Amino acid sequence: MSEADIGVRLTDPSRLPTISSETQLRAVLASLAGVDAVGAEARVAKLATRSIKTSSKRRALDLIVSMIDLTTLEGADTPGRVSAMCAKARRPDPRDLSVPSVAAVCVYPDLVEGAKRHLEGSSVAVAAVATAFPSGRASLAVKLLDVSEAVAAGADEIDMVIDRGAFLSGRLGQVFDEIVAVKAACGSAHLKVILETGELVTYDNVRRASWLAMLAGADFIKTSTGKVPVAATPPVALVMLEAVRDFAESTGRVVGVKVAGGIRSAKDAIRYLVIVNETAGATWLRPETFRFGASSLLNDVLMQRLKQTRGAYVRPEEFSGD
Amino acid sequence: MSERLDVRKTYKLVINGAFVRSESGRSYEVRHAAGDFWANVAQGSRKDLRDAVRAARAAQAAWWKATAYNRGQVLFRLAEMAEARRDELAAHVAAAEGVDAPSAASSVARGIDRIVWYAGWTDKVAQVLGGANPVAGPFFNFSLPVPSGVIGVLAPQDSSFEGFVDTVLAPLATGNAVVAVTSERRPTPALLLAEMSVTSDLPAGVLNVVSGLTGELGPTLASHEDVDGIDLEGAGEHHDELAASAADSIKRVRRASAGDYAESSTSRLRSFVETSTVWHTIGR
Repeated sequence: MSEADIGVRLTDPSRLPTISSETQLRAVLASLAGVDAVGAEARVAKLATRSIKTSSKRRALDLIVSMIDLTTLEGADTPGRVSAMCAKARRPDPRDLSVPSVAAVCVYPDLVEGAKRHLEGSSVAVAAVATAFPSGRASLAVKLLDVSEAVAAGADEIDMVIDRGAFLSGRLGQVFDEIVAVKAACGSAHLKVILETGELVTYDNVRRASWLAMLAGADFIKTSTGKVPVAATPPVALVMLEAVRDFAESTGRVVGVKVAGGIRSAKDAIRYLVIVNETAGATWLRPETFRFGASSLLNDVLMQRLKQTRGAYVRPEEFSGD
Repeated sequence: MSERLDVRKTYKLVINGAFVRSESGRSYEVRHAAGDFWANVAQGSRKDLRDAVRAARAAQAAWWKATAYNRGQVLFRLAEMAEARRDELAAHVAAAEGVDAPSAASSVARGIDRIVWYAGWTDKVAQVLGGANPVAGPFFNFSLPVPSGVIGVLAPQDSSFEGFVDTVLAPLATGNAVVAVTSERRPTPALLLAEMSVTSDLPAGVLNVVSGLTGELGPTLASHEDVDGIDLEGAGEHHDELAASAADSIKRVRRASAGDYAESSTSRLRSFVETSTVWHTIGR
């Protein structure tokens, strides 16, 4: 990717620091400035008031569809449910061929094989949550087995969770080593690292965890599992987007951001797009670098889209449930 | 001692059990029938209606699932609260409609009596509109009135309280959720009743009341595909266009009547119900 593509000032990629010891990692993370929490919250509140005109909104809605990781992570998931979701991922609105496919479907590892079969020949990727999702409480050996089974079943993307307990108690080296090991186990599959920002408590921790994950080789950093009460919030997205922007400027590596959990309306999703545009820049506004992890969001976007076409508010039953 | 400052009030919309200003931030002036300033009222937008319909849809199933007896009690409670604020309502009706105090008071009294009347109907509608049908076989066959769902109401423009009560309470009594647009020039009595509904045990979202320009809100409500029926009592000059646009989504439409709200009639109760037919085997 060229400098012009990225839109940020890239330095030599060789400047990506190789972390060889926990001491060095601590030094890098300690060099990060603290987050101005009040400023971050005021900034996203301000951005949320921005008005989006009708034609831009139409484009934004299509972009949102193409950025969605259509997700089902329930204990009650069945192969049938996953196959229905895959059909929807390919062709979100069967009556309107101008609606793009979603970016990926996101499922538990045991359902990857079926999802892969249903999505054959489409552009939709299959993402699997691995590493003892959602708590991450298992030994490294178990986590790596989880990952390699998902990869062997054909997963294109792996969503791993970090060990929040280790991070919060200061064992940063352990968190880093786990990500490096999982990245190695992924092979060619993309690695998304879930920080579970709702459990990290402070924005400073979010910034540090973002850098830690990126230094360890994450292709994406992701906010949440969706399994704890506090999921993605706009200020957290802002902090993570600042981190990927700064990381790209100082190391030359572009890392994506995925916001997940609690994003249900097209309006909220558009607000995230505004934050992406104003923080990291327009070049992050692509499915390769920004994703929404969601399930009910898709129907709301389709409803808004159909409303624009028809000129009347439409009923939710127009679209299949999940 | 200094003079007291006025405690001024801006009348809010009621959407999902909350008093909200319009999402658009707009408000408009409402005047006395004589022409002087009377109140500032929130001017609802299309998006407010959208939110109201969403709230009504979410609330309707639970409202219908409550027993008919319980629905009657809740509506009676609304009458209790209105009774306690009769004088205030009468002052608003007098100002809005330009009638003298005694006729405003009797109009409010008739309106409150009408609430009680509809409260009484909740557990009697099924007997009157339903029935047991004779069939040639060993079965019972019942016809039961069930609510249409979410009903849009364009409340009468002239009768600010009685008319509002009549158009709104009838669909509520049969188990529907309602999104009502008040009289454009005379909204305050309806908004007062909406305030009372929030504290009268009516579940949030069952009655949503939006004030604003009927010409702007009417088309949105009539064309909204998630609204199952619309009462065009206050539609005015655009009545026929609205009825036509309601047809696109196959809504039940109640066309504007002559508007005698004093006469007791089950006509409005019949407007927004569907007939569900149930077969049941005859046991031994």
